Amino acid sequence: MKKCHRCSKPATLHITEIREGVVQELHLCESCAQDYLENTDSPEPSEDFDPIHEKLSEYEVDEELAELDQNECPNCGITFREFRSQGRLGCPHDYVAFEHELMPLLENIHGEVQHCGKFPKRAPDASQRQYQLIKLRNELRGAVEQENYEEAARLRDEIQTIENELNAEQT
Amino acid sequence: MDLESLTHTSGEWLRGSGPDSDIVISSRIRLARNLAQYPFLSRADDSVRGETSDLLRGTIEDLGLPRRLSYVNVGGLVDLDRQFLVERQLISREHAESRGSRGVCVSDEENVSLMINEEDHLRIQVLRSGFSLDECWDEINRIDDALESRVTYAFSENLGYLTACPTNVGTGIRVSVMLHLPALVLTKEIQKVFQALQKISLAVRGLYGEGSQAMGDFYQISNQITLGKSEEQLIESIRDVVPNIIAYERRVRNALVKENRQSLHDQVSRAYGILQNAQTISSEETMQLLSSVRMGINLELIDDLKMSTVNELFIHTQPAHLQKLRKEDLESAERNVARARYLRQRLGGNGSEMQN
Repeated sequence: MKKCHRCSKPATLHITEIREGVVQELHLCESCAQDYLENTDSPEPSEDFDPIHEKLSEYEVDEELAELDQNECPNCGITFREFRSQGRLGCPHDYVAFEHELMPLLENIHGEVQHCGKFPKRAPDASQRQYQLIKLRNELRGAVEQENYEEAARLRDEIQTIENELNAEQT
Repeated sequence: MDLESLTHTSGEWLRGSGPDSDIVISSRIRLARNLAQYPFLSRADDSVRGETSDLLRGTIEDLGLPRRLSYVNVGGLVDLDRQFLVERQLISREHAESRGSRGVCVSDEENVSLMINEEDHLRIQVLRSGFSLDECWDEINRIDDALESRVTYAFSENLGYLTACPTNVGTGIRVSVMLHLPALVLTKEIQKVFQALQKISLAVRGLYGEGSQAMGDFYQISNQITLGKSEEQLIESIRDVVPNIIAYERRVRNALVKENRQSLHDQVSRAYGILQNAQTISSEETMQLLSSVRMGINLELIDDLKMSTVNELFIHTQPAHLQKLRKEDLESAERNVARARYLRQRLGGNGSEMQN
């Protein structure tokens, strides 16, 4: 259970505030929420809100992070500290260079760390089918969750076929 | 593209047609893409920016897409013109406010725009009137495929399309639907909608970014997650939830009509009357009154005004549009006078000049 942003009681009201086109989530207890909703005419000044900064601010700078902060991408030269302050990466290679630091952040933002959507058509045939497998497995999980067993069986067959093909090619 | 000629027209997405267009203004999908061989824009100097923008512009113009596209050099525009494109939703505010070489390719109908050198090297956007996410996806996917056969996108097997901000990585997709929810706002039921959406990781934004209610009761619902789900799944997450919100809004509207028809009719008619007669009016008040009028048309309390006209007025009464129409820079107070005059003209109120 989340705690109230203003006192430490459990938050029971979750408010989405839209100001300057950006959404801010507020978690408040009953009495603070009452107070907040009655005083919406005099809002607290909100700085430019960017969701990535909210996520990044959750990363306390402890000693371990201070060390990580110095890590630099050999490709574009950005340090992790610079990324943390501006919220934007410097080049595609940063995802490799800062993998260790970025994974927890991606997990926090998206809840997952494996892409399972579209992939470039020009990728080699074998890796195209790998992507296909990832996507199908993801759909299979969804089908099982929704107790759609007919669809799940169909997906399982399709996954099996692709796996067999890939195995056959490898041997 | 001649920006002056645009001042008297509006994008196809505003025509107020398409499924559920009484409540759904527009559906939009955008994809964030980057070129593999260049740094992201935060680390790009002027020469890199020049290269990415030349390369992408050339590639896009060469695609032979079924829609005719025109290029606008956003970096070379004056502030007013950039603001004008933001108001029309053809470029983002960030794109307008950033610096250096950048541009946008826009289709004649204003349904498709490809922003070059925004936060990512390329942001593709497809807009449709009404609740039509599948059509948006079909079109944007085709454009993306066509581009992908000519350029190499930054892509990783595990993380998908790599973007400047980790909040967009994976599919790089933002699926959004713009809803007009005056009855839910009026009855304060909208809070419940916010809470429900938050639980399923969907975001709610206003029309452009100004305060929520003052901006005509418009809400944009969009996905926040971009990694770990397929494009179809993310589209589905929006497509599944929107009909519930539409039904909720309709239910509350019907209840309002049933229980309080007279006072609702009064509110709508007063709003219409003010818009037809005011001599000076702010942007916020205009949006709020237009919102009432829009609902009034849907509930058949107003019968002499077209939905497409009201939709258009929401955009054409914005500051940059007014100044483009008047062909001069106007201070805020002057804009309020110009806005009132324009509304009287368009709505045929007292003292209207009826030039058009």
